[in-house]
Amino acid sequence: MSPPRAPEAEIVQDMTSPRDGGFAVGPDDDSSNVIEVRGLTKRYGAITAVDGIDFAIRRGETAALLGANGAGKTTTIAMLLGLLLPDAGTIKVLGCDMLANRYRALARMNFSSPYVDLPRRLTVRQNLEVFARLYGVAGVAARVREVAAELDMTALLARPSGELSAGQRSRVTLAKALINRPDVLLLDEPTASLDPDTADRIRGYLAAYQARHGTTILLASHNMAEVERMCSTVFIMRDGRIHDRGAPRDLVARYGRANLEEVFLHIVREKAAQ
Amino acid sequence: MTDNDGHMGDGLSASLNRTSAMALRYVYILRSSWPRIIELAYWPLMQMVLWGFISKFMATNSTWVAQAAGVLIAAVLLWDVLFRGQLGFSVSFLEEMWSRNLPNLFVTPLRPHEFILSLILMSLVRTLIGVLPAALLAIVFYQYSIFDLGLPLIAFFFNLMFLGWSMGLIITALILRNGLGAESLAWMAMFILAPLSGVFYPLSTLPSWLQAVAAVLPSSYVFEGMRAVMFEGVVRIDHLLAALGLNVLYLAASAGFFLHTFHVARRTGLLMRVGE
Repeated sequence: MSPPRAPEAEIVQDMTSPRDGGFAVGPDDDSSNVIEVRGLTKRYGAITAVDGIDFAIRRGETAALLGANGAGKTTTIAMLLGLLLPDAGTIKVLGCDMLANRYRALARMNFSSPYVDLPRRLTVRQNLEVFARLYGVAGVAARVREVAAELDMTALLARPSGELSAGQRSRVTLAKALINRPDVLLLDEPTASLDPDTADRIRGYLAAYQARHGTTILLASHNMAEVERMCSTVFIMRDGRIHDRGAPRDLVARYGRANLEEVFLHIVREKAAQ
Repeated sequence: MTDNDGHMGDGLSASLNRTSAMALRYVYILRSSWPRIIELAYWPLMQMVLWGFISKFMATNSTWVAQAAGVLIAAVLLWDVLFRGQLGFSVSFLEEMWSRNLPNLFVTPLRPHEFILSLILMSLVRTLIGVLPAALLAIVFYQYSIFDLGLPLIAFFFNLMFLGWSMGLIITALILRNGLGAESLAWMAMFILAPLSGVFYPLSTLPSWLQAVAAVLPSSYVFEGMRAVMFEGVVRIDHLLAALGLNVLYLAASAGFFLHTFHVARRTGLLMRVGE
């Protein structure tokens, strides 16, 4: 038996009035929204990877996309970043229509994924310097020193990126993601394959950074404890759709489970049982 | 000029800043491996030495070569300009594929045309590193200076570089579309131009149907023009203009092909799957 669903019908109903170039008015849709996604769809041939999803994330909020492998999380993040063109729908980030003019927003966004490498032959300093210049950061050398000090990796600056341990590489990848002091940070499994100590440090740093800068963070993760700790909103994806959404605590209560992991397993296995 | 968050504004200076950032990255890569720098100069040097000895032999056994000492050395050096021009462009792109860095680059404000411009800049740098030492050593070893071609040499050089960039754009687009399985194109593809361009012999040597093919290659006009200077002391402006006209056409078409392939890569998700 399924638990009572989130009032998704209400949300959808409230999103139906067009405003500002086709974006809808609703409880999620106000000037504090940094990310607004409407009807986002991506198909690969006969497979629909993302199926008409809607969501909005407010300034300074940390939200998570959860879902089993193939649920559409990475595809959604890639479309938000402009790496992938949707087949339908609209994406607005920091007020910019990402399909028509993504570059203005991209200068104020950044991204980190354990599945995308930084060039290994370059030193950490060289890598950070190149990305700082690409993002148009003023005072490149000072910013590289600053972000290295903040992430406790000054000693790594002179080392080639390819010689670092997994934990050190994660810190460097995060430093690259923060080099332009982004207003929007998209993280694909930010602590994947890290030991608990390193993962905890990364989470702690992200939380502190967000508190200082008011950054909006959207992360895709399989680590439910991490999501419960970091995120105020969760979007649970299944088969390319947002199956449910809400605050982790509310979801846990609504499904009558002990924690978010059990909610996740319930949703995934409910699908398998069907 | 910067905003409150320390970002530089958009416009020409920001665009140049991003292009130079990419060029800086390739310089860092080049600097990080001295064997690669040596390799850049090694092959043109070996070619020059080999063809230098062949020239010495032919000068006493061939009336054609005897008429213009150094014609084969000049030909091999200009051929290397064309080959290295393309390879310098394509290898810089391959560096991004090998290091799975394209997604990182294209979530920054870097535009595709800025990326192309940085590849062109690095192609120039890599070609000069490769060909200049061979050209200088040809003076020492064989008392032949390609710089004796005078001002036409500049026109020959840039026409060959333009063709190298056109080929580089097509090859990198194909690698983007088909993945690293297609990387050998960067080393193979240019050699189809060598027999058709009349690098070492006049185009009249080719059968007439191949001469028709050669007529649409900018490189064939360059090598014919080189021989006109060396054998007849004549600068064939008509050849240079034909090469330039074809190059403009091919550069526009190949840039369009690259940008179209980039768009397809964004539509199909290829940018996320680079390196596979």
